[in-house]
Amino acid sequence: MSLLTPDSGLLFWMIISFGIVFVILSKYGFPVIVKAIEQRKAFIDNSLETARQANEQLANIQAEGEKILAEAKEKQNMIMKEAFAEKERIIEEARQKATSEAHLQIEEATRRIREEKEKAIREVRSEIADLSIAIAEKVMKEKIGRDNGQQQIIDRLLDEVSFSKS
Amino acid sequence: MRTIKSNKYIWIAFWMWLYFLTPAKAASGEVDVQDIVFSHIQDAYTWHITEWNGQEIAIPLPILVKSEERGWDLFLSSHLHQGRTHHNYYIAEDGEHAGKVVEKNSAGEEVRPMDFSLTKNVCGLFLNCSILLFIVLRAARWYKKHPNEAPGGFIGLMEMVISYIQDGVIKEAIGKEYRPFSSYLLTVFFFILINNLIGIIPIFPGGANITGNIAVTGVLALCTFIAVNLFATKEYWKDIFWPKAPIYLKLPLPIMPFVEFFGVFTKPFALMIRLFANIMAGHTIILALTCLIFITVTMGAAVNFGMTIVSVLFCAFMNCLELLVACLQAYIFTLLSANYIGLAKVRE
Repeated sequence: MSLLTPDSGLLFWMIISFGIVFVILSKYGFPVIVKAIEQRKAFIDNSLETARQANEQLANIQAEGEKILAEAKEKQNMIMKEAFAEKERIIEEARQKATSEAHLQIEEATRRIREEKEKAIREVRSEIADLSIAIAEKVMKEKIGRDNGQQQIIDRLLDEVSFSKS
Repeated sequence: MRTIKSNKYIWIAFWMWLYFLTPAKAASGEVDVQDIVFSHIQDAYTWHITEWNGQEIAIPLPILVKSEERGWDLFLSSHLHQGRTHHNYYIAEDGEHAGKVVEKNSAGEEVRPMDFSLTKNVCGLFLNCSILLFIVLRAARWYKKHPNEAPGGFIGLMEMVISYIQDGVIKEAIGKEYRPFSSYLLTVFFFILINNLIGIIPIFPGGANITGNIAVTGVLALCTFIAVNLFATKEYWKDIFWPKAPIYLKLPLPIMPFVEFFGVFTKPFALMIRLFANIMAGHTIILALTCLIFITVTMGAAVNFGMTIVSVLFCAFMNCLELLVACLQAYIFTLLSANYIGLAKVRE
């Protein structure tokens, strides 16, 4: 049956034409297309990877910013706290200083007052003694002479008076 | 609703037209179905287009022959039309070389010269190859002009098919050494596909039964045979001549090596027959169904009308099936070729 016997002419032309088609397409046809598709795929993959990295970086930057902000806030809080404490301390110190100063002044004043008082008392006493002596001299000139026994009695009397007073 | 109704009228008009047309054409006499079918699926020296008012409209094709006694000769096939003789060449009516160009040699014997004629199949082959080259090279040029861009339209379709064959068939079947075979397998796929598809088209530039010709499928199978065996690994040959089988199947009588070695040739042979038989059978069935109309002319108008409807419906169905078969056979040929190449690439 001639259907199953290959015809030599057609065989010849088939080998030639298929050969030419194969050579041309395997040189300028399919490799170009396949390479282009692969290149494009690689390009897309690359772009996706870059985008992913950029995204990651952005997220990193955001997190970092937030961290910095939180740190700054904490620092601010701490500084505020410290300043507050400092203020309290200064006020406290000032108060204490003022109190002690006032104490000192009061003490000083009382000491001075006492001194002044004693001095005055002493002066008054000697004045009184002098006065008394003068009075007594005058009296004694009149009646008796002046002696030490009487002076002592007068001193003792005066002491008693000043003790009972103070 | 309106469109459906008007569609119905168109259909009725179509059937009526078929009814009036067919008897007028086929009334001339007895229909030789075998002759019609065989003349369509076999090669021819003219490209028969149609017959109009009893006159054949055909394109004469060049005949290129080399006689052993007289050397080369080139002339148009119209010189041999209807049994005429030209330069002592004529087309044999019957005998061993029926339908082929033969010559009478000096001893008066009918011998067949070397025949390189551009027959219908050869012309169809050239045409389809040009279309294939045009399509693929245009796609390749587009890719060169538009780096890193995705194509649309027809080139997008091409890309889809190429990617599918490349990733789904070639890479899967061959493995990581697929690159040297990728171009061959893609060429084979598109070559078979385009020849199959254009073979289905019934009017002039199509209709040549190229992939349903054993010479064409034989060359394709031979290429696969070469691709498989020329680049095979040592392990592949070892598996053929010393397969992993019980020793008594190998030593006194090399049964298994013989079977394996036989398999080397049966695989491409099966490829050849599969493609040839599928496409030829498809063409035969469609032609036979069409002939049904002309056979039933003598059986009366009612039968003829009924059979016409049946025939057209079946023809439409068969054409859809053939469209599927055209793609499927191209795919199968490529898939099996890739698998055979992959099997020849075994490593321990």
